[in-house]
Amino acid sequence: MKEDSVNIKDPVLSIRNLSVAYDKGNYAVKDVSADIKRNSVTAIMGPSGCGKSTMLRAINRMHELYENIETKGSLILNGKDITDMPTIQLRRMAGMVFQRPNPFPTLSIYDNVIAGYKLNGIRLKKKERDEVVERSLRDVTLWDEVKDTLHKKGTFLSGGQQQRLCIARALAFDPEVILLDEPTSALDPVATSKIEDLLVKLKENYSILMVTHNMSQAARISDYSMFMYLGELVEYGKTKDMFTNPKDRRTEEYLTGKFG
Amino acid sequence: MNSAAKITAANLSRRTLKDKLFKGLVLFLSLITISPIVLIIYKLVEKGYRQISLDFIIKTPPNTFEAMTALSNGELIPGGIANGITGTLLMVVLASVIAIPVGVITGIYLYENPGKPLANLTRNISDILQGVPSIVLGLIAYMWIVKPITSGFSALAGSVSLSIMMLPMIVRSTEETLKMIPQSIKEAAVALGVPYYKVILRVLIPTGFSGLLTGILLGISRILGETAPLMLTALGSSVINLDITKPTSAVPLLIWEFYNDPNMVDLIWSSSLLLMGMVLTLNLVSKRIAARTK
Repeated sequence: MKEDSVNIKDPVLSIRNLSVAYDKGNYAVKDVSADIKRNSVTAIMGPSGCGKSTMLRAINRMHELYENIETKGSLILNGKDITDMPTIQLRRMAGMVFQRPNPFPTLSIYDNVIAGYKLNGIRLKKKERDEVVERSLRDVTLWDEVKDTLHKKGTFLSGGQQQRLCIARALAFDPEVILLDEPTSALDPVATSKIEDLLVKLKENYSILMVTHNMSQAARISDYSMFMYLGELVEYGKTKDMFTNPKDRRTEEYLTGKFG
Repeated sequence: MNSAAKITAANLSRRTLKDKLFKGLVLFLSLITISPIVLIIYKLVEKGYRQISLDFIIKTPPNTFEAMTALSNGELIPGGIANGITGTLLMVVLASVIAIPVGVITGIYLYENPGKPLANLTRNISDILQGVPSIVLGLIAYMWIVKPITSGFSALAGSVSLSIMMLPMIVRSTEETLKMIPQSIKEAAVALGVPYYKVILRVLIPTGFSGLLTGILLGISRILGETAPLMLTALGSSVINLDITKPTSAVPLLIWEFYNDPNMVDLIWSSSLLLMGMVLTLNLVSKRIAARTK
């Protein structure tokens, strides 16, 4: 089998002919096919409204929360079709981080990290819980900042810390892939660079798929990039190649700031 | 022409005067708004504080003759309104037990299905219910409970009429509170694979808890002083009654009874003071809770 952007060996995620419509016939994502490589950062770029967040949210079946959203095509995560998985299993495998930090306001920092276990009624021994909390917070380099205030509310943290807490909450489930929806767009530059460093570090153990409308961010940290426009996947390839030698005219125009 | 040039000294002083007049008017009207409550509390304290004692809370009212003797000797009227206090507590607790689950669940339904015809109908009917005269609710409870179920006046019938009064307030406050919770909190829970009913029970309700509590406390403070529906349902009782199938007294009912007995008039003020104190406390507590969470 020849490897290209659609077909790679042992992908963490295979997107095949994915289309998503918010109302009937009006597609926000049109027939997208791509394979996502393990242990790498893949960025999804494109102007506002190009369907990048919609595609990301299809991967953990977030659209099921709303009525009238129609999803076609298939998504294969780790060799299994996501529609065959119970939602709890799927969402443990595909952790999600949102645009704005959204820790649970009623829970402490500690409980926010293990919220996935707590809210699902998965019982852990005290020792296991402590381990999961410490490991997840260390992974997001938040441990040293909060280890003495674990029982304070998560909302007392700064915006950047809250976002790292939200990433820790996703990591606590030890997911296969982490889906990030413009995770730094609500943060200041210092907090942003911390998150970026963190993502580069996290790809050792996780596969990362990140929506961003910040081209320089994609250039800085991603290994692979997708460019989407009007719901279509225009170009997908190694970030280095795409930024130095875009194949499609629209990609080139977007990257050189002609639109977007 | 330059409009700035038009602002002459005379013009400016007229503006300042207008501004002062308006401020004065606003202040005056604000004072008028708060004066009733100040006057009411002043009058109640002035006339009622002498009767307030431990006996007032733990004893039942005297009969007319005892009251008359005390009055003619220039003493305080003996006894208290324990039957009313226990009756009010019993009926308020029972009404809350009925209204809170129904109201909260209905509120959640309205929040989850904002545009559905059944939701719109429910919301409108709940608004209409809020405007139904309380005496009519008493009549309904009379028909539903007094006649067929308890075959006589009862605390249960009183509680049902009060719970119908509370219901629309709880429904509305639940819906409004949930609407204020950011969608992102809900999505965070869904993204962790939490089943939907648990998202509601373990994320939305705890997050909006203080809002729900505020609505419930305001609902309770509203029914605490209700008299009309209780006249047709609980009727009143001269002894402490905790049996929900029997006639039961309540503080507002006692006030009405004291009003009809010339020898007991002094007790009106102290009972009203107590009732007012309870309502005010609940209102202040709910305001504090609401303020703390904003």
